[in-house]
Amino acid sequence: MGTTTAVTMEINAESCALDLDNRTTLLDALREHLGLTGTKKGCDHGQCGACTVLVDGLRMNSCLLLAVALDGAQVTTVEGLSSDAVLHPVQQAFIDHDAFQCGYCTPGQICSAVGAITEAASGWPSAATAQERPVGSVALTEAEIRERMSGNLCRCGAYVNIVSAVAEAAEAAREAGR
Amino acid sequence: MTTLESALGASTARLEGRAKVSGTARYAAEYASEGALYAWPVPAGIARGEVTAVHTDAAMADPAVLVVLTHDNAPRLRPVEDRTLALLQSPHVAHRGQYVALAVATSLEAARAAAAAVLVQYKADHHDVVLTEDHPGLYAPEEIDGLWPGTREHGDFGGAYAAAEIRTDAVYTIPPLHNHPMEPHAATAVWDGDALTVYDSNQGSTAVQHTLAQLFGIDAGQVRVVSEHVGGGFGSKGTPRPNVVLAAMAARAVDRPVKLAVPRNHMPAVVGHRAPTIQRIRIGAGSDGRIRALAHEVVTCTSTVGHFVEPAALPSRMMYTAPNSRTSHRVTRLDIPAPSWMRAPGECPGMFALESAIDELADICGLDPVELRIRNDTEVEPDSGLPFSSRHLVECLQEGARRFGWHERDRRPGIRREGRLLIGSGVASSMYPVIIFPSCAAAHADPDGQYRVRVNATDIGTGARTVLAQIAADALAAPLGRVHISIGSSDLPEAPLAGGSSGTASWGWAVHNACAQVRELVERSGGSVPAGGLSASADTTEDIKSGQEYARCAFGAQFAEVQVDTDTGEVRVRRLTGVFAAGRILNPRTARSQFIGAMTMGLSMALMEASTMDPEFGDHAERDFASYHVAACADLPAIEAHWIGEEDPHLNPMGSKGIGEIGIVGTAAAIANAVHHATGVRVRTLPIRPDALLPHFAHFA
Repeated sequence: MGTTTAVTMEINAESCALDLDNRTTLLDALREHLGLTGTKKGCDHGQCGACTVLVDGLRMNSCLLLAVALDGAQVTTVEGLSSDAVLHPVQQAFIDHDAFQCGYCTPGQICSAVGAITEAASGWPSAATAQERPVGSVALTEAEIRERMSGNLCRCGAYVNIVSAVAEAAEAAREAGR
Repeated sequence: MTTLESALGASTARLEGRAKVSGTARYAAEYASEGALYAWPVPAGIARGEVTAVHTDAAMADPAVLVVLTHDNAPRLRPVEDRTLALLQSPHVAHRGQYVALAVATSLEAARAAAAAVLVQYKADHHDVVLTEDHPGLYAPEEIDGLWPGTREHGDFGGAYAAAEIRTDAVYTIPPLHNHPMEPHAATAVWDGDALTVYDSNQGSTAVQHTLAQLFGIDAGQVRVVSEHVGGGFGSKGTPRPNVVLAAMAARAVDRPVKLAVPRNHMPAVVGHRAPTIQRIRIGAGSDGRIRALAHEVVTCTSTVGHFVEPAALPSRMMYTAPNSRTSHRVTRLDIPAPSWMRAPGECPGMFALESAIDELADICGLDPVELRIRNDTEVEPDSGLPFSSRHLVECLQEGARRFGWHERDRRPGIRREGRLLIGSGVASSMYPVIIFPSCAAAHADPDGQYRVRVNATDIGTGARTVLAQIAADALAAPLGRVHISIGSSDLPEAPLAGGSSGTASWGWAVHNACAQVRELVERSGGSVPAGGLSASADTTEDIKSGQEYARCAFGAQFAEVQVDTDTGEVRVRRLTGVFAAGRILNPRTARSQFIGAMTMGLSMALMEASTMDPEFGDHAERDFASYHVAACADLPAIEAHWIGEEDPHLNPMGSKGIGEIGIVGTAAAIANAVHHATGVRVRTLPIRPDALLPHFAHFA
């Protein structure tokens, strides 16, 4: 029997106390212990991005995180992005741009996009960012979005629509932030 | 009086969109079941031989582990046609990766650790796993998939080829390819006495229901298969797979619900793949580019447990006028995982070869490749002699050329430079036949003006749920909001699988018929619906026999612009334009996504996807996304998909042709042809990677 450890995380703004097998990943804790199956398991090896969630505001592959190492962490999953009847702007943009087909990579894509928009607004560069650029936020051009969203595979091939969805949501976030 | 705008042809957003973006859409492994256990399979470590012993002591040492199933203790299964489903029934190993044991435990972690702790001993036989052009086991199958003759001859190919003014002769090779839908094959199985409920990830749960009933020797009525949302399939979920059989076996053995998701790196061995092909194409033509002789000879392999043969020569029976032709397949049985369907089996690999060869012919003739294709257009299907019900290949080529800006193109290869980049453009045709299967459906009108429509269709991401509701609304002359559609469960009226781009036509026809009847019943009762409602059901077994006096096929044309880095040999696609003629487009929004998505997969095939058969171990070396590369967001340029209006009365009541696969047909050839135009180098082996190009760039250094 695996050794267990008590861990408390804030998941989608709710405190969750769990006693988990030390081998349990955050992904399996969400899916198998908390019933939060919106976060998907595509490869379990950090190669596809379907399990992307926000941990303390940053996007991470939840299949590569051991849950017991996350005591005190704040985790946001796709279920935590929308409140009541109102979808998060990124979620709405995915519907408006038909940025998914089978939907299995979609929660990861959406969490990743939310993370990417925050990262760019915080001035984090990517491989697509010009080396010489003004200080401050990075504009999410299509090239920036393609680069920043490349950790999330989509086998249905919705990338073209994902880029336009993220661009629209990023623009809306920028307008709102003014 | 208000006019009701037809729901059919509207860009309706996916009905399940909100569920998918908010994480509430449930897939096969996501149904909470009280006391559910987890199963983790153990793959064989040899390519051929016998299991001589399975040591489970170490695995069973953990009290969280309930059982390890092996061929000694697993529930017995009745035989079914698909022998890959005879799981844990004998010690025989037919390929590496075949499942030889199954650990069942109270947690995923314990099940995985137990599977790793199972020690299997084997008596290994010599194995034979590598396809070669002259493999001694090659034979010519009489029939492929029971549907098409393996070989077809028309006229005198040899004589016409020898006499032709212009001849091409080249061999095109494609490695094994893996479907890799994002949702791994998964199932949750729950027994209640002799009744079985499974939540399974598949492309058609009616077939899964019947196969499970056969395997377990129970009535189909006792098996319910739920497949409400399916995370992609691309052919690999077209038939029941080990996940659902093993989950049901384990659940029966321990008398508790069991969940099983196939680990990603097991998938290449147990869910089918596109078999490698070696295709020789010879074309004899006049100097005007008109084809007189065409031979398309395919060499491929299958497994010792399956019979699937990749029908790659089929497109050469339908595409161009060829008075003298030979299309043939030769196949050999190897000790490999069973190949199966992958998006556009036959057409996709076959059209890479044919459309590359056509480009080579245009090159030799000094003709524009669009013009050469137009010169070889045909109104009758060359093989059957049947007239096409509609064929707008030429219009697709012309419209694509116009949109792409093709006519400004200088035909000479290797002359457009931008710094260290070489730029080129290429074209290829697309095609996919019209396939329609019999289907049932039921419709019901409620007194409050609501309609309920039921059909066991499967939405694997195509938008089937949405378009079927649109078809229903159209046939009922009702607003879409009053139509409630149920799909994805085997207790709904029987329906065929989501495969062969047949879904919308097959299910839609039945939905249309059932709804048209209900509409008539409502009209007959004076427009009001009595308290008990009005119901009708449909079975299209007879209806679909119409239209068969025609050859029916969708066509298209794809144009690619590439840049090739002369320092690194890297090819990047700058833009991709597709124009399709696929009957009536029933939902432009989801149709565009289908076309673009398949073109994306075609780009991935052209430049990235490759699996290697390891001759020593006898398995595919690239088993996960770290080694089997698929296109990512940054690999994708601007992709455009357009279509031309096509009215064809010989299809189905909606006038639609299938659109799920045509988009991947021709993409790889368009890109390879563009690489040739950019560099002057003809790459005939996919994927096109730097090693094929760099040796030709020494003079740029």
